Amino acid sequence: MEKVLLKGNEIIGEAAIRSGCKLFFGYPITPSTEVVEYLSKHLPKQGGTVLQAEDEIGAINMCYGAACTGSRVMTASSSPGVSLKQEGISYSAAVGLPMVIVNVNRCGPGLGGLGPAQSDYFQSTRGGGHGDYRTIVLAPSKAQELYDYTMLAFDLADKYRNPVLLLTDGFLGQTMEPIVLKERPEAPVVDRDWIVDGCKGRKKRVLASYSLTNEIGEANNLKWEAKYKDIQEKEQHWEEFHTEDAEYLLVSYGTTGRICKSTVLNARAKGIKLGLIRPITLWPFPVKAFAPHMDKVKGIVTVELNTGQMIEDVKLTVECKMPVYLYRRQGGMLPTENEILDFVENKFSLSGSEEV
Amino acid sequence: MAKVEVLKEYCKSCSLCIDICPKKILAIGDKANKKGYFTVICEDQEKCIGCALCATVCPDVAIEVYK
Amino acid sequence: MKKVFTKTKGLTDVPFSFCPGCTHGIIMRLIAETMEELNIIEDTIGISPVGCAGFSQDFFSCDFVGAAHGRAQAVGIGVKRALPDRVVFTYQGDGDIAAIGTQHAIHSAARGEKITSIMVNNAIFGMTGGQMAPTTLEGMKTKTSPYGRDIESTGFPIDLPKVIANLPGAVYVASVSVDSPKNIAQAKKAIKRAFQVQLAGLGFAFVSVLSTCPTNWGISPVDSLKWLRENMMPIYEMGELKVTEEVKSL
Repeated sequence: MEKVLLKGNEIIGEAAIRSGCKLFFGYPITPSTEVVEYLSKHLPKQGGTVLQAEDEIGAINMCYGAACTGSRVMTASSSPGVSLKQEGISYSAAVGLPMVIVNVNRCGPGLGGLGPAQSDYFQSTRGGGHGDYRTIVLAPSKAQELYDYTMLAFDLADKYRNPVLLLTDGFLGQTMEPIVLKERPEAPVVDRDWIVDGCKGRKKRVLASYSLTNEIGEANNLKWEAKYKDIQEKEQHWEEFHTEDAEYLLVSYGTTGRICKSTVLNARAKGIKLGLIRPITLWPFPVKAFAPHMDKVKGIVTVELNTGQMIEDVKLTVECKMPVYLYRRQGGMLPTENEILDFVENKFSLSGSEEV
Repeated sequence: MAKVEVLKEYCKSCSLCIDICPKKILAIGDKANKKGYFTVICEDQEKCIGCALCATVCPDVAIEVYK
Repeated sequence: MKKVFTKTKGLTDVPFSFCPGCTHGIIMRLIAETMEELNIIEDTIGISPVGCAGFSQDFFSCDFVGAAHGRAQAVGIGVKRALPDRVVFTYQGDGDIAAIGTQHAIHSAARGEKITSIMVNNAIFGMTGGQMAPTTLEGMKTKTSPYGRDIESTGFPIDLPKVIANLPGAVYVASVSVDSPKNIAQAKKAIKRAFQVQLAGLGFAFVSVLSTCPTNWGISPVDSLKWLRENMMPIYEMGELKVTEEVKSL
């Protein structure tokens, strides 16, 4: 298989093309702009369409329209732009439209900065817009996963007829790494008898989300809830690193999930039994990952690029059975693997342990 | 000879047809449809010339015209 | 005797949910008849807005997509870019397209998007119970301009077709009305032309149709037509505001 050196954002674009993405509607915003740039250059050559909309609201609603026809469609932006898209994402979830939305998280709130952050965790995992809905959220931690998870995102979107959010950050988006251009996995066979493409030879269809009566409204909510429960049951994905005999756990995703691996290795070198659970799906949150460790793990530290968001899901999961602390940097700063280890040692007063 | 037929369940008694009819043969009837609108009736089919102006201005496409 | 006037196949049997005398129904009939006459019912995807026109998704016989308030054109562009050989039209109220949806109206025209947009201009927000819209006339009383719209604080009515006509991508722009049989016939011609422009792929086609709102104007259906003629027509430039050479030769 072909190996190439590409910038993170460009990898997302290449993976989208190879996933059969036909349309991309975007708008420039640092640090995600290379996605629309790369696709502007390469997607048309594959017969696809790239359109730079008047703003992110235009872009997400164009995705909504294209998704109604069953075409594979994607958009990409960064935090403020993704905030503008929330209403459109809520509508897309209500109608059940498959689409991939990339958020190259930059620090916020407000104009914020260009540095990497995970400050959009809540927005991403709690629906983000109005109403009871969820989007599947995938969190790559390195270049190869930007490629693999973009492809996975398109398949999950089709499989569950739901928007899928690829949540990465400015660090990964801007970093160049070699990746393998794997072939596209077998796309799931999905029925298309709901799409809108002109009612030739069939009854007319309407794709809309107005519920008209409260009874219909409740029925719709229950229908969506059943779908989300199904996804929560089947699509919890995570990676475990040195957790077999772990006494303490780090929980971290994305860029910090990767840094934490070094922390674990350094800890092990010092004889500290530290492990890592790295959520790959942020929604559905990988609750199943924690069950096997509930009795032998004495404490957890979540490592995040925000002032504490995912920690709430971890606390909900472990139900106070063990202390859960937060180590974080924010505003665009990144932690080093050793400052994380220092924190773990202090919190659990492990510094006295002998060198191995 | 011509004839207009008002589709009772579509008529909302808005009077636009009554106002436009050159022969002034349309009027609000005394029977209400399911929604409670007193639907329009043609009081003198003989005078109808089938010009279909009534149907043209009807906002509910509630009038059919024969000629 | 032969039936000389009956409901077009472009409409379903679902009764309209509009208020008595509201001329939305006439405008939809004209669009539906156009679709039938151009034989495009099965190739058309309509985009409905949020507002009174939102219910149009159940009244037309073609496929429909419900858009968020103001976003019908962006949604329509998504459909059209995905299926360039299908016919896409948006059916929007003045609040939907000239207030919250303005940027999509401007940029659809600027890009010459090959869709057809119909604006129903009744100078008020109807569905929400009669509030001031960008098209509300000076001095006009609404729920949010209870003392009459005052230009000093709320500005002037927007004549959107006049704005759109200035954008090169808009190749056909017309402002018509359905207040009388003669004008209804004119409106039908403009609407048909706007669809033919799309079929020929010439660029963005836009028709604004003046319409009444008896309930929220607080005027009888019949008098509403008179009010429209006397108050709206002088403010909004009527007729075909832009017809490029290519469109003329259609």
